Amino acid sequence: MEYTLIILLLPAIMFLFLGLAGHKLKHKVAGLFGTISLGLVTCLSYFTAWEYFTSPRVNGVFEKIIPFNFEWLSFSEALHVDIGILLDPISVMMLIVISTVSLMVHIYSLGYMHGEKGFQRYYAFLSLFTFSMLGLVVATNIFQTYIFWELVGVSSYLLIGFYYTKPSAIAASKKAFIVTRFADLGFLIGILVLSFYSQTFSFVELMNGSSDAILTGAATQTFLGIGVLSWALGLMFIGAAGKSAMFPLHIWLPDAMEGPTPVSALIHAATMVVAGVYLVARMFYLYIGFAPGVLEIIAIVGAFTSLFSAIIACVQTDIKRVLAFSTISQIGFMMVALGVCTGMDSHEGLGYMASMFHLFTHAMFKALLFLGAGSIIHAVHSNEMKDMGGLRKFMPITHITFLIACLAIAGIPPFSGFFSKDEILAAAFKFNPAMGWTMTVIAGLTAFYMFRLYFNIFWGKEAKHHHTPHESPLTITIPLIILAIVTIFGGFIPFGHFITSDGLLYNIHLDPQVAITSVVVAVLSIAIATIFYKNKEQKIPAMLGEKLSGLHKAATKKFYIDEVYQFITHRIIFACISTPIAWFDRHIVDGFMNLMASSTQSLSYSIRKFQSGHVQQYAFVFLLGIIFIIGLILLVI
Amino acid sequence: MEIQVEHYLIISTIMLCAGIYGFLVRKNTLAMLISVELILNAADINFAVFNKFLFPNQLEGHFFTLFAIGIVAAETAVAIAIIINIYRNIQTLNVDKMDKLKH
Repeated sequence: MEYTLIILLLPAIMFLFLGLAGHKLKHKVAGLFGTISLGLVTCLSYFTAWEYFTSPRVNGVFEKIIPFNFEWLSFSEALHVDIGILLDPISVMMLIVISTVSLMVHIYSLGYMHGEKGFQRYYAFLSLFTFSMLGLVVATNIFQTYIFWELVGVSSYLLIGFYYTKPSAIAASKKAFIVTRFADLGFLIGILVLSFYSQTFSFVELMNGSSDAILTGAATQTFLGIGVLSWALGLMFIGAAGKSAMFPLHIWLPDAMEGPTPVSALIHAATMVVAGVYLVARMFYLYIGFAPGVLEIIAIVGAFTSLFSAIIACVQTDIKRVLAFSTISQIGFMMVALGVCTGMDSHEGLGYMASMFHLFTHAMFKALLFLGAGSIIHAVHSNEMKDMGGLRKFMPITHITFLIACLAIAGIPPFSGFFSKDEILAAAFKFNPAMGWTMTVIAGLTAFYMFRLYFNIFWGKEAKHHHTPHESPLTITIPLIILAIVTIFGGFIPFGHFITSDGLLYNIHLDPQVAITSVVVAVLSIAIATIFYKNKEQKIPAMLGEKLSGLHKAATKKFYIDEVYQFITHRIIFACISTPIAWFDRHIVDGFMNLMASSTQSLSYSIRKFQSGHVQQYAFVFLLGIIFIIGLILLVI
Repeated sequence: MEIQVEHYLIISTIMLCAGIYGFLVRKNTLAMLISVELILNAADINFAVFNKFLFPNQLEGHFFTLFAIGIVAAETAVAIAIIINIYRNIQTLNVDKMDKLKH
């Protein structure tokens, strides 16, 4: 299956081509180049998936295939960094997700970004991102993952800051880059610790049991009372948490919505932000085997993040920010699903399958939601809910597809979100009923805020528009329709046949108790949202907002997390550490150098008097010198 | 009284000291140049005297004197040319005013 290399190379070549020669092309041509190359990539990805999943299982498991690999950097006999392609069920699944969403975004952007300055640059960056993300998921070793991990960070930075003349966009891009970069430090240290003990970077060697003996040996070593492997995997999770916007490193994601909306759909909803989930899933064997404690932390962090951001999403008024917080919340769900696993077999590791399933369905319906939001923003030229309302009459296609996505994320059967979320809830209940109920409540909150969003946009009071909003062009609506179809039928994919924790075939069966509870909760939440927000006068929310003004205000301000960061960085780190260090540098280090310079200078000034320019003085000194030397000679003789 | 070598040397020593003194204290550049001539002539006298009294059959000292006189003539020509140029530029021969090149 060497042709998979083309999947990786085509976007890279397209990035170079559009980046270097793009400005000479017309907008439309550049866009078509990018879109067609991505269409090819998508076809190849589907073909890869078809060939991979139809190939016979070995011992009931899909074999890991490495069609391409070369040694890039060699540190020692055992430790070397390779660049290659690893095909296994999750990486093939990710290939499909990335290429599909990316293709939709490429087509969509033809309409959405029409006439924007820097259109070619935009497509070049999209290609760069697609290349990096594909490279990340097919990585054969942790180090390759890390390299591409940084590359997606860079492309995310570039795309958030696409409108580089807007100060808020620049600030957001810097924030995203710095926060994720900070988290990546943990990732890097984790990699180094792990590879130091395991003597390998390769995923296959780590997972196929051949390193188990070494790892078991390493697991007995401790640092500060915690096993070194737990340290390594915990640090890696910090990297994953940064990329996947887990609390408290989530602050960059809402701000990242400053980028163009299709970018938010591709990077900050469907693909890049789930890289953290993917990383944990990739290292799942190690987490389960050597650091189950870390998995519990992951579950708790995931659940807390999910609840936290769901509450914030209920009060935000910028539609993209609502979706951003909903993304954080849904990624929290995936993390919880991974965290609640207790073993490798299909039942104990149900969460693994559920997490990957939710990753897949979420990518589709969240991309749909963002693209729908983009279509709305395209029509009313505003991100604020108050500028919308009553749009269902003007934008029927956007309305229907958005509704489908809302139903999917709320977990209403038969839409895809129901099936994947249900598996997560089942896994959570199996782990601990408290966790299960927490997640059910969050699922209810999800349904509530999504329908608050839906009613505020499409129903409610009609805002005054500068001109009558109209349905978006075909390039925008076609991706919406395609994604809506995937969202409707995606849940019926027998996911357990492809991806499970131990690789063996597993038939998904709905737990009726869990399913009924979650559907009832979702329907109730939707009903509440309907009562609250469908009418033109939204009296109840206003009243509630007044009664719980403290909570309401805190949630609107995102629980002051940004302010806390501001306080910690400015008041504590800058004021107490950076300023004294800067003072030391400026006054002590620089002062010492300045002292040397000035003392040399003053010495030179005093010597300079000797060079008076009076010839007779020189002659006199010369004479004195001669007399002195003669005197010396006479004395010696 | 026969003129001894010491007498010549006393004269040349006086000339040398006068030359050095003149070079150090006279402010006029031309006077300084003349002082330099005095020093050189003192040296010339020494050459001639030592040749006459110590090696009467040889002529190296005399030749050296003549050679030095020739060199001094050339040097004086150059020095005077320089002095004239300086005078054209700063309209003075006072050596204390010639300190423009000190730093």
